Amino acid sequence: MRLTDEEHAMLAGELGASRRWAITHQIAVGEFFDAADFVAVSQAHIMADTESLGEAGVRFLETLAAAPERERRVRVPAITDPRGIDFATYRRLGQSAAMAALERRAIAALSAFGVLMTDTCINYQTVLAPLRGEHIAYGDTGSVIYANSVLGARSNFEGGPSALAAALTGRTPRYGYHLGEHRRATCRFLVATAPRDLSEWGALGGIVGEACGSYWQVPVIEGLTTVPNSDALKHFGAALASFGSVALFRMPGITAEEAVFAGAPPEPVPIGAPDIAGFLARYAAPGDKLDVVVFAAPQLSLLEIAAVAGALDGRRVHHGTAVIVATSPEIKHAADRMGLTARIAAAGGVVAAGICFYQSYAREMAEANGWTRLMTNSAKLVNILGGYGYSSSLASLERCIDSAVAGRVL
Amino acid sequence: MPLVMHCHPGIGPAVGGTALVAADNFSARYDLDRRRGIFVRPSHKLAGHSYVDRILVLDGAKGGVATAWMLHDMKARGIVPRALIFNRVNPIIAQGAAFAGVALVDRFAGDVTLLFRTGDILRVDPAAGTVEILNRDG
Repeated sequence: MRLTDEEHAMLAGELGASRRWAITHQIAVGEFFDAADFVAVSQAHIMADTESLGEAGVRFLETLAAAPERERRVRVPAITDPRGIDFATYRRLGQSAAMAALERRAIAALSAFGVLMTDTCINYQTVLAPLRGEHIAYGDTGSVIYANSVLGARSNFEGGPSALAAALTGRTPRYGYHLGEHRRATCRFLVATAPRDLSEWGALGGIVGEACGSYWQVPVIEGLTTVPNSDALKHFGAALASFGSVALFRMPGITAEEAVFAGAPPEPVPIGAPDIAGFLARYAAPGDKLDVVVFAAPQLSLLEIAAVAGALDGRRVHHGTAVIVATSPEIKHAADRMGLTARIAAAGGVVAAGICFYQSYAREMAEANGWTRLMTNSAKLVNILGGYGYSSSLASLERCIDSAVAGRVL
Repeated sequence: MPLVMHCHPGIGPAVGGTALVAADNFSARYDLDRRRGIFVRPSHKLAGHSYVDRILVLDGAKGGVATAWMLHDMKARGIVPRALIFNRVNPIIAQGAAFAGVALVDRFAGDVTLLFRTGDILRVDPAAGTVEILNRDG
């Protein structure tokens, strides 16, 4: 890679050991992807849940954070993805004191870098949305695909170590979706139905994602006759990224940039209502005892929390079923202030802040609580939890709530 | 002479080991029980298999960013694959391999899930961009 004088200085350790680690790591990744040079980024979004970090990852952060302050402070605004623990609810969710202790160590280390503990995967809705053409280093697949596609920003999937490195150097290797040549469309889908709720938007994302199956595919989705809202594209993009590892999509007339193919556009793949119904049916389990209903992945917007509260008003969650809502700390404060949290709690639900369920020791929570059957309106969540020992059902928010009240999958 | 396959230069140290091959994708969060060191996602073609010290040969990456941290923690606990061979990875797998110091190569001339067979004895040299199949003659 071509390095500037400042980048050479970082590599030589003249700006401290933390920045030397960061740029060394970035050069290894950049050379793997044939990056010619670095590009400056305006913000970094760091995934650092302790389930993923483990003891070794936390020790790594603590070692870097022990550097003198001028050597360890981030060079661009840096924020965090959801954590593993919400200290207000972790005991109720069956998480352990050891998990909470590891979380406290991680928070202390990240704070020492000057990282802002936003603990959110919906930063594009709640913190600072990037603009078209803005180069960023986002660290959650759902936030990357939304920023790239809906907003026209430029980011690769930046895992925790790489997003931290970008925060410490203020730049990232220029490869992948920082380059116009990779942002050209590669495949087409023609949608002949209108998804009716967030679970169906997620199902549509899952269908397209499974058909793409690669980070390097850029699908174009045509045929939509109405403009979806931010929560709909949030669930669509999160599922597309989860099922397909896709980081960029185009919806002509809706998303930020034009859909341009390298050559002649391929024939579109049709997707109709039976495809979406079939996708949902893969997860159906009518009559099964229901252990837990989760609204998360991505964290809920204020409007989604209001919808959960409205569906629970005047009702009581079955004694054998838990209802968990995960959102960002800022949205939780808003939900508290507006009485939404209290309405959900009155019906027997829990609103957790700063976590997103699957990043929170989902396997250990299942073991501690005896949970097997889970229900959610998030297609991303049902996909992830297949490897965590859960049997998951995907349905609308209203059907999830009706099932939680009944104590069985409806 | 061992059979030598060429690929894009990779990441991590040169290592040798035994291949575990499947035409499937990979995510440390989606697919593994990282306490027991086995694939547990029921739909994964390697469900029930141990990945510890094996050279994993798979198609590509699944969604999710967690693998970027998890390979490092898995290596610290001694339950990590010896090397990763893919058709084409996403940035997360590359970042995770670079952070953990796990050998990774991709971008071969053919489909790696057909070029290599489970049980093959391999020598992976990421810097050279080669994988030798030591139990087969070229």
